[in-house]
Amino acid sequence: MPIQVLMPALSPTMEKGNLAKWLKKEGETIKSGDVIAEIETDKATMEVEATDEGTLGKILIPEGTADVAVNTPIATILADGESAADLGKVAAALAPAPNVQKEVEESRSPVGEGKPMISAPPSAPATAVAEPDPEVPAGTEMITQTIREALRDAMAEEMRRDGDVFVMGEEVAEYQGAYKVTQGLLQEFGARRVIDTPITEHGFAGVGVGAAMSGLKPIVEFMTFNFAMQAIDQIINSAAKTLYMSGGQMGCSIVFRGPNGAAARVAAQHSQDYSAWYSQIPGLKVIAPFSAADYKGLLKAAIRDPNPVIFLENEVLYGHTGEVPKLDDYVIPIGKARIVRSGKDVTLISWSNGMTYALKAADELAKEGIEAEVIDLRTLRPMDTETIIASVKKTGRAVTVEEGWQQSGVGAEIAARIMEHAFDYLDAPVARVSGKDVPMPYAANLEKLALPNVAEVVAAAKAVAYR
Amino acid sequence: MAAPKKSVVAKETGQEKANGSPPEFTKAQELAALRDMLLIRRFEEKAGQLYGMGAIGGFCHLYIGQEAVVVGMQMALKQGDQVITGYRDHGHMLACGMEANGVMAELTGRRGGYSKGKGGSMHMFSMEKNFYGGHGIVGAQVSLGTGLAFANRYRGNDFVSVAYFGDGASNQGQVYESFNMAELWKLPVIYVIENNRYAMGTSVTRSSALTDFSKRGASFNIPGQQIDGMDVRAVKAAGDEAVAWCRAGKGPFILEMQTYRYRGHSMSDPAKYRTREEVEKIRTDQDPIEQVRNRLLAAKVTEQELKAIDAEVREIVNASADFAQRDPEPDPSELWTDIYR
Repeated sequence: MPIQVLMPALSPTMEKGNLAKWLKKEGETIKSGDVIAEIETDKATMEVEATDEGTLGKILIPEGTADVAVNTPIATILADGESAADLGKVAAALAPAPNVQKEVEESRSPVGEGKPMISAPPSAPATAVAEPDPEVPAGTEMITQTIREALRDAMAEEMRRDGDVFVMGEEVAEYQGAYKVTQGLLQEFGARRVIDTPITEHGFAGVGVGAAMSGLKPIVEFMTFNFAMQAIDQIINSAAKTLYMSGGQMGCSIVFRGPNGAAARVAAQHSQDYSAWYSQIPGLKVIAPFSAADYKGLLKAAIRDPNPVIFLENEVLYGHTGEVPKLDDYVIPIGKARIVRSGKDVTLISWSNGMTYALKAADELAKEGIEAEVIDLRTLRPMDTETIIASVKKTGRAVTVEEGWQQSGVGAEIAARIMEHAFDYLDAPVARVSGKDVPMPYAANLEKLALPNVAEVVAAAKAVAYR
Repeated sequence: MAAPKKSVVAKETGQEKANGSPPEFTKAQELAALRDMLLIRRFEEKAGQLYGMGAIGGFCHLYIGQEAVVVGMQMALKQGDQVITGYRDHGHMLACGMEANGVMAELTGRRGGYSKGKGGSMHMFSMEKNFYGGHGIVGAQVSLGTGLAFANRYRGNDFVSVAYFGDGASNQGQVYESFNMAELWKLPVIYVIENNRYAMGTSVTRSSALTDFSKRGASFNIPGQQIDGMDVRAVKAAGDEAVAWCRAGKGPFILEMQTYRYRGHSMSDPAKYRTREEVEKIRTDQDPIEQVRNRLLAAKVTEQELKAIDAEVREIVNASADFAQRDPEPDPSELWTDIYR
């Protein structure tokens, strides 16, 4: 029976990709291990090798097709003795078993020229009643870009502006970024300012801090914040505390950035949310944005800030697109939350990918006549208590939403602040929706259970609203 | 002690000397070295005294016995070179030219201290004197010092950074992460390993598989030398060569200074891990200050001249102790300053 070749998933978070090129033609013989096609993900161009032998019977998805969903049949292979007449007999595909091999040499177009490679769902539901961002003048032209591109543009703009800014980390230069966030930077700024490090987090974090103490402005990329645990002594003991310990003499303008929190199916050691860890430390600023515009404006602010800044990104969001103001210098002040959606019945407070659940829950709640106000904290330290309190005074109810664990979490801190500053306004105890109190499991169903979800947010909001 | 100077990569560096003593100092150099080492010795003795009186709190790690290392190295540096070290840092600060008053007042936690009283013994800095601390986490200064060298290279200047650490810190992982990057990127950093034979209470033979610390960079191809760290002339000569190596863009250099601390690890250390005789023998035979004093006397410098130096140093130290006890504590409002800028 003919065998179907399916669109392979080439990374933990890939949902779709572009079929860049067919390397075999219909009718050509295929041996196991032959490279049959090239597929572009938002991170890389990968070769797909055949795992079966036979003849390429039919190409189902022509080359140049964008946004092919994972597991879509892309071709049919005929076994020995089969002919085109057998094509109709294709069985339902079972195991996609993509055999993803060597990475194709990347030769991407320079910064700013390439079109967005994927068009993932927008970062906020279209139904959200977004409050206009006060930093953007009315009538400003908006461009649609992925969060990955917004981050890269932020770095590139700041590097153009200030020769003391440089970026270092694992695979940031020649590989173009493990998650392609630093794509094109090496080409524009050269190896002096875009520096590949060995796999040596503790060491290069210390080198970055030392360079910052000497007055440079490093952007230190961690491939993920999970690996930054190796470096956390330098981040906290050296970067965060030195200004104080030196009586204000010696500070450290440095950004530590990279993906934080759960990606998809990478299990416990690669799926931890460090929001609460870093946000406890005086001397650090901690930023964890959600929208593409905020990623850009806040990263620019972080790079300019004279203090050490932890910039928590989210891998799941990298490919999401959003509207970014087309301004020469779009900088968002650190420490300001944003009311993304107005409402009078309950306040939902979140940040980073937690906003995905909060916004969808607000949509659901609206259908049931509950108007939720949704606050995107954007910065965790300093925390914009004022915006939270003003909202809670209006709604009398609050739900926090985070992917991290509940104990000593950011939600716990928000609840405490609400209790301290708005106790008399509360009509119900603050509810917390969070990641479950377990290491992140690998199995798809368990992973889903371990993370917060929209239904939990809806249920919590209804509970505090006594509905 | 009295280890012969030997070079791990003698051929490469061309630094192997014929057996014998290091190059002589001029009289002016001898006098300067004597004065700077005496200042550290007397300062540390006074700090120990103030600690005993309760005027200094917390941890206080004295540098007595190791003076030749930092004084000799400083003689090899030029204005603009950076220095960074761990928590046994008072000597380094004085050698860098920081004021005794400011250092002592920091030890007593007063507002006139280098960190306004907020850092203490282990955390002092002077941007003016290019002294980058004063770091309390064993080994952290090695990566940081490598970062200072990175900045020099980034800026394209010819300054050198000197990262001091001990035989104990030499077993920390980030030291080797830093060695790797320093050689990979040819960073101008001199790693000065002050081997005083004891990591707190653990002797090097009990803690280190390889006790020749000059070889610790071998797997990264970093040249290293063992130096008699009790002889300020040997230190200076080795420092000159290492500095020249770094300034020439050849990358990092390791100097293992074989030295000895007379006092305990900190003020609360009874030093039961070594004998009184061991300490006495080194004090008698190899004291870095006595070596210089004896050479000067042999060169017909009068006792009178030497006493004048001693008196000048004592006056500075006494004045600093006086200042450090009179200076007020920081204003309570200082609790909330210098967290961000």
